[in-house]
Amino acid sequence: MGLLTKSNQAPKPELKRLPSGTFTVDADCRIVSSTVPHWVPEAQVRDIGREILAVFQGARHANLPFSELNLQYAAFKITAREMRGGAIIFLSPRPPQTVAAS
Amino acid sequence: MLDLYQELLKQLPSKPEVHVSNSGARAIALLDSEPFTLLITDLRMPKMDGLQVLAIVRRKFPHLRIIVLTGVLDEEYRSRAYAQGVEMFWQKPGSSEEIKLFQDCIESLLGRETRNEGGFRGMQSKSLVDLIQLECLSHSSSVLHVTQGALHGKIWVQNGEITDATTTNFTGEEAFKTILSWKSGNFEILPADPERPRTITDSYQGLLLDSAQALDEWRGQQAGTEKSEAGSAAASSSLLSPLTRFEGVEFVLTVPNDEQAPCDSWGLENAAQLGLWARTTRLRLVELGEKLGAGALTQITGFSLQRHWALAHDDEKGLLCVGFRRTLPTDKVDQTMKHVFTKWVS
Repeated sequence: MGLLTKSNQAPKPELKRLPSGTFTVDADCRIVSSTVPHWVPEAQVRDIGREILAVFQGARHANLPFSELNLQYAAFKITAREMRGGAIIFLSPRPPQTVAAS
Repeated sequence: MLDLYQELLKQLPSKPEVHVSNSGARAIALLDSEPFTLLITDLRMPKMDGLQVLAIVRRKFPHLRIIVLTGVLDEEYRSRAYAQGVEMFWQKPGSSEEIKLFQDCIESLLGRETRNEGGFRGMQSKSLVDLIQLECLSHSSSVLHVTQGALHGKIWVQNGEITDATTTNFTGEEAFKTILSWKSGNFEILPADPERPRTITDSYQGLLLDSAQALDEWRGQQAGTEKSEAGSAAASSSLLSPLTRFEGVEFVLTVPNDEQAPCDSWGLENAAQLGLWARTTRLRLVELGEKLGAGALTQITGFSLQRHWALAHDDEKGLLCVGFRRTLPTDKVDQTMKHVFTKWVS
């Protein structure tokens, strides 16, 4: 009976944790240094870096160059500073109360 | 008429020898035949007009003093005559007072010639400041008659010092500053008037400096007014007008959800290019947020040494991109963007 109950339970969805920490990427989007926890896949970190570099590059082409970028998501914040073609990127999940306040 | 002027000139105290000619060609032939001190010419003459005569005479007889005496009262002709290096441009006198003034003027010129003072002629395209400095530095005594269209002004110079000035509405220093604010015009140097009461006591350097400062301030105000007028005009022609009134806003760009619809902008030259970038960037970052599970993308902000900007999206209206003055603090950018966005959505 116990076995039946156990096998009939619906699988719980995997909880996705948001990455936190800081990392730097060079102009070719290679990760140079990182304090992002190991459980965050490297591919994901590189994805973030690639998108950030693309935003910097696109802005230059659109004649709106800038050196610092803030992305505010409902539950996450990314801050990036351009560094000689690469970037230093800060990832910070936002606590619920911060989300409510914004 | 020629005979009348001949008589008038013969009455001058210096008793000059006066020759007359009824055409430009004959006048040039006369000048070729013997040396002359002064040429008085009309502009409207048969066959060869006065300007043609001036061109030839100035080239062939560079030291000859020339006065234009004409009924043609056109500023263009006046300018062209002065550009040819004429000494004075006189309207044909219409009253006994004007005849007297004309006679005094000719006598003054002949007197200068008699004293063999020499000097250069043909001053053209010089600023009034240059002219005043020349008169003052050379310790001259004269009256500068300055005209700009219908505006007339006079500046009295006595022994190299500015003693008085008048315009239609002002006298003294106010008049002097008013005359110096005129951007262009013509001038005549009239005989000195030593009897003129002195109303200006400041040095010519001080006066020129004050005038330059006043002019700079006035230009600054004008530029500000023009800028704000241009900005207001542009904004009023757009629905973005209310958004531009927030502190520090330098440009506003709205990008509709429909990719075919044009962007609307204020204060931007490359709106289409920026609109395309804004749309692409947002899509890219929304996708990133979805991958991360970070929730809705609420705002994108960029900071630079040139200017700051912020980007926000509304499901119905599309994208709003606002540029901010670089001196606006970063926290203020966020705060102002929220206000602008709320205003835009509402």
